[in-house]
Amino acid sequence: MKKFWALFFIFWPVVALYVCWIAPSRGWWFPSKPMSSLGHQIDGLFYLILFIVALTFIATQAVMGYALWRGATKKSTEKAMFSHGSHKLEIIWTIVPSFILVFISLTQLEVLANIRVISKFPDEARRAPIAEVMARQFEWRIRYPKPGTTLATEAQSGDLYYVNELHVPVSQPVMVNLRTQDVQHAFFSPKLRVKQDAVPGLIIPIWFEVEKAGEYELVCAELCGWGHYKMKARIVAGSEASVQKYMTDLEAAQNEDGVADAPAETEE
Amino acid sequence: MATVSPAIGTHGHADDHSHGHHEQSFLSKYVFSTDHKVIGIQFLVTTMLMLMVGGALALAVRWQLAFPWGSMPIVGSLFGLFQNEGGQISPEFYTMLFTMHASVMIFLVIIPILAGAFGNFLIPLQIGADDMAFPILNMLSYWFMWPAMFCFAFSFVAGGATAGPGNGWTSYPLLSDLAQASPSSGNAQTWWLFGLTLVGVSSMMGSVNYMTTIINMRAPGMTLFRMPLTIWSMFITAILQSFALPVLTAAGFMLVFDRLSSLLPTDIHSVFFIPAGIVVNNAAPTVGGGQPLLWQHLFWFYSHPAVYIMLLPAMGMVSDMLACMCRKPVFGYKPMVYSMAAIAGLGFIVWGHHMFTSGMNPALGMTFMTSTMMIALPSAIKVFNWIGTIWDGNIKFNAVFLNCAAFVSLFVVGGLSGIFMAAVPVDIYFHDTYFIVAHFHYVLFGATLFGVFAAIQFWYPKMFGREMNDGVQKLHFALTFIGMNGTFFPMHLLGIAGMPRRYADPYLHGYLEHLLPMNQFMTISAIIMGFAQFLLLGNFAYSFFFGKKVGRNPWGANGLEWSAPSPPGHGNFDEPPVCYRGPYEYSSPEAEAMGQDFILQTSPPPAGFKKSSGHVH
Repeated sequence: MKKFWALFFIFWPVVALYVCWIAPSRGWWFPSKPMSSLGHQIDGLFYLILFIVALTFIATQAVMGYALWRGATKKSTEKAMFSHGSHKLEIIWTIVPSFILVFISLTQLEVLANIRVISKFPDEARRAPIAEVMARQFEWRIRYPKPGTTLATEAQSGDLYYVNELHVPVSQPVMVNLRTQDVQHAFFSPKLRVKQDAVPGLIIPIWFEVEKAGEYELVCAELCGWGHYKMKARIVAGSEASVQKYMTDLEAAQNEDGVADAPAETEE
Repeated sequence: MATVSPAIGTHGHADDHSHGHHEQSFLSKYVFSTDHKVIGIQFLVTTMLMLMVGGALALAVRWQLAFPWGSMPIVGSLFGLFQNEGGQISPEFYTMLFTMHASVMIFLVIIPILAGAFGNFLIPLQIGADDMAFPILNMLSYWFMWPAMFCFAFSFVAGGATAGPGNGWTSYPLLSDLAQASPSSGNAQTWWLFGLTLVGVSSMMGSVNYMTTIINMRAPGMTLFRMPLTIWSMFITAILQSFALPVLTAAGFMLVFDRLSSLLPTDIHSVFFIPAGIVVNNAAPTVGGGQPLLWQHLFWFYSHPAVYIMLLPAMGMVSDMLACMCRKPVFGYKPMVYSMAAIAGLGFIVWGHHMFTSGMNPALGMTFMTSTMMIALPSAIKVFNWIGTIWDGNIKFNAVFLNCAAFVSLFVVGGLSGIFMAAVPVDIYFHDTYFIVAHFHYVLFGATLFGVFAAIQFWYPKMFGREMNDGVQKLHFALTFIGMNGTFFPMHLLGIAGMPRRYADPYLHGYLEHLLPMNQFMTISAIIMGFAQFLLLGNFAYSFFFGKKVGRNPWGANGLEWSAPSPPGHGNFDEPPVCYRGPYEYSSPEAEAMGQDFILQTSPPPAGFKKSSGHVH
């Protein structure tokens, strides 16, 4: 029975590692490859940490499993080792992990700065935010500046509005201003690896560069009330031309007053 | 108090105690008792029952995630709450479920079971005192749990039966600040805050008592570095608690002021957390100049140290139990003490890692990241020392040991997953996903609760003079361990897949649809784990009446508590104990000289045995 329990503790890390190993092939992994430039940097750091952590996990569980196995196979007449510890070992397992931890910290700094420090934002993105994303219970209201103008902090006449769909040009860094009209929300696009809270009273700029044209989920990642789960929106990335066409169409639709310029079919 | 001479002269004093307690009425002996052991057991029984309440709430959460919008057993039909919906719960009810699961588990189970139950029971016994420094304060600390539980319970119905507090245990404003923000932001939220404050009052009274008792009431010879690690952990926890808690209490009152003053007919309102011009649910725009991030800072300034309040005592107790079950001294006693102190110290400067996506200054993010990374170091040192303690021991494979080994094995996972979150760029992806949920359940359940399961069985004989059935405990351990990993390990993968927390129906989003079968597997594991807890409760109750009677020291352990009768009478010890050595001298030459593999801290050195360092006489 002793051996059974020792094997029990050796067995479970093996199962855990196996599950992680097969996870990507079963779809239990990232929803997709990172679809933004920052996403690649984030995933790179993730895999670096995963590597270090997996090694540590295997080593720790293996040593512990071995210690248990030794204990299980030891004759009960044998006495335990009498030791209060080892100064040398303590020094080794203090210094080695601290170097690893400092190393991990240092590797993060540049990417963190790229994501968050506004002076490190790409110039072309920082110059002109393309839209304001106003979160509210339970939708995303997008405000684009009137075509040909730049985005102002407060709503201007001529601004274009849409709900739950943000159109951005592909392959170029873009910046949006994130706000909330009511409680706290968070702008989370899993495939783009972007997340930022929208805090009442603050305007928070975020930037990203979508690498491939397509549609990407936008969800809320901060509890905002009963409908938190249903703040479903999408980010549509397309060519510069297609985004401009979208804006023109949106402007036309928004200015549509139903009064016919010429005798034609009228619609209610 | 660490005087050298054995206080033989106080023998008569102990007799006074045993006379005194004959006259106690049932009420003052078992209900409004000032005896630390009774209070400890009261805490233990209360928290074990609350564990089942919190567990039931968790199972309801799991049910919704496995069978979204299906008819929920019991809850769906209970009191006709959701009869018209065919037993299908509402989304706001779901937010209540996870909010109250966390609140009950954290404030009514983990914190009081560690400090309240085991802190109370063990501190005087392990340091050789006859009771706590302030017995009445101690009694009050238990009885303040009841109004707290009342407030939490009332908050379920204060805003209507289907709109309990549902703003998360973190209760971020403005959701928790403006009554219009959600169905659960009304009276329910106010009562929840009252409950939180009262739990704080209870904890504070406990902490003051623990610190004073440990500093002032140690037995002769019980120097600081002869204290069991349990006592060190309780001492450090009490310090953490007493420095961090006032901040939460203040923040709680600020939020209560914000909420209640808006109801006043006057123009005097507080707006600590409310900025101007916010329109919630078409209510009039707010007037203010407050800042919601302030709450996050204040809340986490308490709640991050609170994470260690929920862990350190278990670390201490596991160290004690591992040494005993391996018949070996704790490997690296002093590094263990220093690393606990380091965790506590660093614990005060890492709160910002909960706010990496909050919009706080990125420079702050960098400092908080570095300090958070460094807190992994003392945790790692502790793990290595526990493995060192197991190494080459004469291991007793009973359920106490298995639970302790599970503590170490699972704490490794919880610690390592923390490194992903400490790294800001990676955390930006993982923040508020199930990866976080996996992480803190590995720490709070995988580590703390397994430590508690071990501690219940280990000190049960001292509490009641009988032992728990080891076979049942082993079965309980195996089922809980398998269920726990089946429930929480896949959460790492859900997090990597980008599944956000607190979603009543994640499958609304296409990229999460395929995760439903995995969630169903997790729910089945959780149900197994939940029902396994009846084995623990059953064994606890059964052994109270029918367990095998045991003597003073059934485990062959060294601590002072094992020299007292089982259960100890009022005043604890036959005569005031004197401590001659550290608590972990298992298999020492001294013990061998006595023909055994342990030596009580109260045993005088065997005749003809000379040992020089750190010794009384």
